[in-house]
Amino acid sequence: MPGIFAFAETRDGEIRKVAHEVVTAARTLADALGTEVHAVLLGGPGTAAAASELGRYGADKVFVGESDAFVRYSAEGYTTVISSFIQEHGCDAALFPASSMGRDLAPRVAARLGVGYANDCTALEVQGGQIVATRPEYAGKLIAQVAATGTPAVLSLRPNVFLPTGESGKAGEVQTLDVSVNQADFGAIVREIKAGAAEKMDVGEAPIVISGGRGLQSPDNFKLLEELAEAFGGKAAVGASRAVVDAGWRPHSEQVGQTGKTVAPTLYIAVGISGAIQHLAGMRTSRYIVAINKDPEAPIFKTADYGIVGDLFQILPRMTEEVRKMMA
Amino acid sequence: MRVKSIVCVKRVPDTEARVRIAADGKSVDAAGAKFILNPYDEFAVEAALKHKEAAGAGDVTVVSVGDTASAETLRTALAMGADAAVLLKTDGKPEGLAVARILAEELKGREYDVALFGMKAIDDDLQAVGPMVAELLGIPAVTAVTEFSAEGGKITAHREIEGGHEVVELKTPCVITLTKGAYEPRYASLKGIMAAKKKPLEEKPATVGDAGVEVRGFSYPAERQAGRIVGEGPDAVPALLKLLREEAKVI
Ligand SMILES: Cc1cc2nc3c(=O)[nH]c(=O)nc-3n(C[C@H](O)[C@H](O)[C@H](O)COP(=O)(O)OP(=O)(O)OC[C@H]3O[C@@H](n4cnc5c(N)ncnc54)[C@H](O)[C@@H]3O)c2cc1C
Ligand SMILES: Nc1ncnc2c1ncn2[C@@H]1O[C@H](COP(=O)(O)O)[C@@H](O)[C@H]1O
Repeated sequence: MPGIFAFAETRDGEIRKVAHEVVTAARTLADALGTEVHAVLLGGPGTAAAASELGRYGADKVFVGESDAFVRYSAEGYTTVISSFIQEHGCDAALFPASSMGRDLAPRVAARLGVGYANDCTALEVQGGQIVATRPEYAGKLIAQVAATGTPAVLSLRPNVFLPTGESGKAGEVQTLDVSVNQADFGAIVREIKAGAAEKMDVGEAPIVISGGRGLQSPDNFKLLEELAEAFGGKAAVGASRAVVDAGWRPHSEQVGQTGKTVAPTLYIAVGISGAIQHLAGMRTSRYIVAINKDPEAPIFKTADYGIVGDLFQILPRMTEEVRKMMA
Repeated sequence: MRVKSIVCVKRVPDTEARVRIAADGKSVDAAGAKFILNPYDEFAVEAALKHKEAAGAGDVTVVSVGDTASAETLRTALAMGADAAVLLKTDGKPEGLAVARILAEELKGREYDVALFGMKAIDDDLQAVGPMVAELLGIPAVTAVTEFSAEGGKITAHREIEGGHEVVELKTPCVITLTKGAYEPRYASLKGIMAAKKKPLEEKPATVGDAGVEVRGFSYPAERQAGRIVGEGPDAVPALLKLLREEAKVI
C-alpha cells in the first residue's frame, strides 16, 4: 500500500493548526487501510526545524522541501513539487486543508494528476477498501457521499473538524525533499502579505466564533463582541452577517454564510442575527450554536442549541464579565 | 491597459431554493427552483466590465457549460454589459474536472488576457474549476481575489487569506477567481436587457468526460435539535455559561 499524503501547511516557517488536523485525518485513514502517513512540508530555509512535531499527530515520515522560492506560497511551485512527490511515491489519498492555501493548491494538483477532487470534506471513512468522503453541497442543504474513481483521491478538509485526539507516539522520521524550482519560472508571485487588523484569529479557523448582525446597530458597537472574544483568551474570532458587511461596518473577510466563509467552530455565538438561510449555510455545522436575540420568533433559535432572548446591549457586557471571571 | 476577458459563468439554483434528492438517491432534483447566475460569477462579470470601462476598450466574452437553459444565464451576463456569449452545450450538468476540461479546450482557441471565474459555484461548492483550468492550460492563477489591477501587461491581485491578504503579481494570460470585494455587481438596465437580445450567443456541442469523482448518495443534513431557550435577559448568562461548560464542554 502506497500511503496517505498529508499536506502540512506552514506560514512564516510555522506549522499551522490545519496541518495538525490534516495529519490527524491521514492517520485515521492510514490505520484503516494498513498504510503509512507521509506528511510533506514546504517552505523557505529553516522550515525543517518544526517538522518532527508532526509525528505526534501521526505522521510516519515527514518530507521537508526548503527553497528560497518557497519563502512565500507559490501555486505553481508547490503543485510541481507535490505532484512529482505523489507520482514518485504513490498514494491512496492526498489530503489538504480547505484553507485559502489548500483550496488554491489541491485542485491544481488534482488537475496535474488528472484525477477528481472533493473540497471541504467533513468526514472520511473506508468502505470496502475505498475511501468515501462526506461533504456538504448546496450550502449545506444536502450532504454528499463521494468517492474518487481514480487514484489518488484528492481531498480538502474543512478546518476545525478533524481535531487531534492525543499523541500518536510516531517518530515522525524527517527526510529532505529535493526541491529544484526557480522563482523565475513562476507566472504568479506573492509580492507581499498584508496582515489584517492586529493578526487576529481568522473566523474560518477559530475554535470560537462570535458573530454580530444588524442588531448591533452601529459599527462601534462591535467592540462589545471584540471584548467578549478577548475574554475567551485568544481563542475566539469576530464574525459578521452579510447585512453588516454590506453596510460597511465589517470587512468581507469576516462574513459568514453562503457568500462569505463557511465555519465550523466548536462554539458559534450569533448576536443580533436573525438566522437567514444564507447565513445558516455558513455556520450550520458548528459543534454548538448559541443565539442572542431580542425576538423570540427569530429563526436563529431553531438552529441554536442554546438561546437567550433579550437585549444584546445588556446581555453582552454581562457575558464578557462572567467569561472573564471564569477564565481568571 | 486594455483587458480582454473571458468570464466563465454557471447557472445555479437560487440561494433560497429548496433542493430535493432525486429518486435515485444520487442526483439532485431542483425542479421548480428559480435559477440564477452564480453570485460569485456576478463579481467576475462586474470586474471584467469595470476593467473594460476604465480602459475605454477591451471586450468581455462570457462562457457557460450546460444545457440549453444556461443560455438564459448567459443573457443575464450580456444584459449586464458583456459583449458576446458562448454556450458549450452538454447533456446534464457536468462538474469539477469534467467542466474544467471543456472550458480549457475552449480557451485554448481564444485570445485573452484574463480568464475570470467565481471563487465557487454555490451548488457544488467545489472551488476548483478556475485553478483546474489554469493547470490544464499551464497558465498562472490566483484565487479568492477581492480586487485586481492591470498595468503594463501584468496583473496585480489582492487575494484574501486567513487574517489578511496577499498581493500577487501575475503574467498574462492568467486565471483569476473572484470573491466579494471591490466589484459590487450592477443590475441589468432595461436598455441592457433589450441590447442583450441582439448580442451574439454562439452555441456549440461539448462532450462530457469523467470528473474523477462519483457521488455514492445524497442525504439531508441531520436536523439540529430544536433550540433550548436558557432564559431571558442578562440574568440568563450564568446558566448559559454553565451549560456550555458542563453539558456541551466547549469552554
Ligand atoms: C444571494 C444571497 C447571498 C447571501 N449571502 C449571505 C451570507 O453569506 N451571509 C449572511 O449573513 N447573509 C447572506 N445573505 C443575506 C441574508 O438573506 C440576510 O439578509 C442577512 O443574513 C441578514 O443579516 P442580519 O441577521 O444581521 O440582519 P436582520 O435579518 O435584520 O436581523 C437582525 C436581528 O437582530 C435582532 N436584534 C435587533 N436589535 C437587537 C437587540 N438590541 N438585541 C438583540 N437582538 C436584536 C433582530 O431581532 C433580528 O433578528 C445573502 C442573501 C442573498 C440573496
Ligand atoms: N458549468 C460551468 N460553466 C461555466 N463556468 C463554470 C461552470 N461550472 C463552474 N464554472 C466556473 O467555475 C467557478 C467555480 O466553480 P466550482 O469549482 O464548481 O465551485 C464558477 O464560479 C464558474 O466561474
